[in-house]
Amino acid sequence: MIQYAAIILFVFGLYGLFTNRNVIKMIVSLNIMEIGLNIFIVSIGYVNGGAIAPIISSTQDLGLIYVDPLPQALVLTAIVIGVGTTALGLAIAKSIYKTYQTFDLDEMGESA
Amino acid sequence: MTFYDIISIVVGVLLLVIAFLAINAKKLINAVLFLSALSMLAVVSFVLLKAPDVAITEAVIGSGLVTALFVFTLLSVRGRESQ
Amino acid sequence: MKNLFGFLISLALGIVLILVLADTSAFPAFGDVNLADRISEQYFNITNVEEVGSANLVTAIVVGFRGFDTLGEVTVLFISALGVAFIFGGVKQKRLDLNFKPNFMLRVGSNILFGIILVTSIYIIFHGHLTPGGGFPGGAIIASAVLLLYLADDRFRSNVKGFKILEGVAGSVFVVIGLLGLVLATAFLQNFLPVGTVGNLVSAGIIPVIYVLIGLKVGSEIAGIVDNFLTEEESA
Repeated sequence: MIQYAAIILFVFGLYGLFTNRNVIKMIVSLNIMEIGLNIFIVSIGYVNGGAIAPIISSTQDLGLIYVDPLPQALVLTAIVIGVGTTALGLAIAKSIYKTYQTFDLDEMGESA
Repeated sequence: MTFYDIISIVVGVLLLVIAFLAINAKKLINAVLFLSALSMLAVVSFVLLKAPDVAITEAVIGSGLVTALFVFTLLSVRGRESQ
Repeated sequence: MKNLFGFLISLALGIVLILVLADTSAFPAFGDVNLADRISEQYFNITNVEEVGSANLVTAIVVGFRGFDTLGEVTVLFISALGVAFIFGGVKQKRLDLNFKPNFMLRVGSNILFGIILVTSIYIIFHGHLTPGGGFPGGAIIASAVLLLYLADDRFRSNVKGFKILEGVAGSVFVVIGLLGLVLATAFLQNFLPVGTVGNLVSAGIIPVIYVLIGLKVGSEIAGIVDNFLTEEESA
């Protein structure tokens, strides 16, 4: 069920990116897309039935069923990259504001 | 219908509602705060998907640091407008 | 008109994605995954676990099996921090005015909290191979502790040059450890330390060492980004 929510979240983010003309709102939409994709990638690795978090306490535990740890490892690094790209985008937004005194893309064209 | 299903449906619907509010918010600061709430709900869904490592990372970064960076950007702009 | 266009495109994309997802012959249903089909199956082998020695399998993958990817990821974070510093630029910088004066209680309390948050982050980093957590969340917690100091005192400036040096040293030692693996063992970032018992604090070979370095690097990079956002060029 949460898989569908993640896909719709991604589509919402895309819709926000299309319709908003404000730089800050566009970065917020990008973040929403990122959250949706992260949830989706983690959900690929979920395994039904007695699945426990991928932490073993001793080598005798290896017969148990675990969730897939590989998507989790990918998403762990993707989140940290996300904060870097968001910071870069916000820095660009701030320097845009310094030049044009607005965050709005349409007003920007008129004042230039 | 188990308890797990009910919780995941509630979290999924809340995710969509808050994402809709964040995209359609009129004020920028409201959009940023809804984004913070959205990452908090994403933490819940990561816990439901049995990914504790990812949940810790998202809790620290998504709802703390990214929100702080957005708020600082808006604050610096507000300061210059009033001058 | 523009809104309608964007709405239609997103609607079409959403319908296509959901139809693909609902077709269980193309995509396995939620939770209905057979791990034997996945490449992760081999990470659960007893020989593999004993060779790497990390109780947390996510850590084993991030630092052990796919350490080279992590090196690239840390490089991406470094480049984005560099880009933020480059855009904000400027030689003379002053603090952004938060328009409030901190009182005595706030200053003392934030200093005490800073210590508590720092100890938490150190715990999370050092237990990265045993419990959930590790270098990435631990480093982010270090950055949040620095952020607390910035918020509580409107005069506070951290030692940015020290952060830059720490970041560079941590990154270089990461690469040096990888090269040592090439010399002492067979491959880049190969484990060359004794593994020990799975589940002990001192175990898993080079994984805790690398995770501590990643924690320092991520923490100093994000703290540098926060500092960049809270300063602005001195306007004449």
